[in-house]
Amino acid sequence: MKAAITSTGNSLNSKMDQRFGRCAYFVIYDTESDGYEFIPNSGKDAPEGAGPAAAQLVASRDVKKVISGEFGIKIKSLLDRLNIQMIVLKEPEKTIGQIVELLNHK
Amino acid sequence: MSPRPKRLRKISNPPPISGFRPYGGKHNKSNNDAVFLEYEEYESIRLCDFERLNHFEASEIMNVSRPTLTRIYSKAREKMSEALVLGKQIIIEGGKVYFDSEWFACNSCGCYFNNPDKEVETEECPLCGSKAISIYEDFEYDDVSDASQVTQNICVCPSCGYAKPHSFGTPCRKEVCPECQHHLVRKESQHYKRI
Repeated sequence: MKAAITSTGNSLNSKMDQRFGRCAYFVIYDTESDGYEFIPNSGKDAPEGAGPAAAQLVASRDVKKVISGEFGIKIKSLLDRLNIQMIVLKEPEKTIGQIVELLNHK
Repeated sequence: MSPRPKRLRKISNPPPISGFRPYGGKHNKSNNDAVFLEYEEYESIRLCDFERLNHFEASEIMNVSRPTLTRIYSKAREKMSEALVLGKQIIIEGGKVYFDSEWFACNSCGCYFNNPDKEVETEECPLCGSKAISIYEDFEYDDVSDASQVTQNICVCPSCGYAKPHSFGTPCRKEVCPECQHHLVRKESQHYKRI
């Protein structure tokens, strides 16, 4: 199962990004193979439509969960339609590594 | 004058299929005869006929007024009867809708999450795996409702700052501050902001 986490940088020590559409990087984490993939968000500085483009990007990687600080109103209905679970974590100090540890806690 | 914009209708899950096609008879050859059932009409059928809710309950769920729901529902039946009687295919698409699901809060790691798949019941937090979760209502409007609960129901004295919980049925201005005999005002009301 794959999960996407919004990140401010491209390492495991970077903090998570509180925004979904305009985050710097997406981390695609595969819980089965324990593999990471860092994807720079091309829509970061787009004047509009950053959220739907980001949703399309994560959907194209077959992600089942998305972890971010906040989701816009457009994204909520879009991800609901794509059957992707949204997880809102309002802790900007958490690093990607810590979140992955949380995910593996099961 | 332009008409008032339609309210967004809340849909819980999209239908599992995108339409129906008739078989047998002479109608199945013509593919272009179709009725377009909108998502909101599908949802009204699901709520009223499948879940057996009354129109008022269904309207609350779809976040529209009761007369609007009744109108959507009768339109849905009209279209379905047309398809049935004239042997047309049904295509479910369109409508002014948004999709929404239930939200939960995890008491262990403090995250919020939704449950996109209604068929599977949520039992544990998808992040930390904790079983300590609770249903979280009004996810989008939490800030607004919190603010109104905290501020609206307090009467304050504009001169000394004495505050008491508002008693419903008695206007704040009819109550008198026990310390300085001023009339009280509702906290955060327009009047209060002007003082």
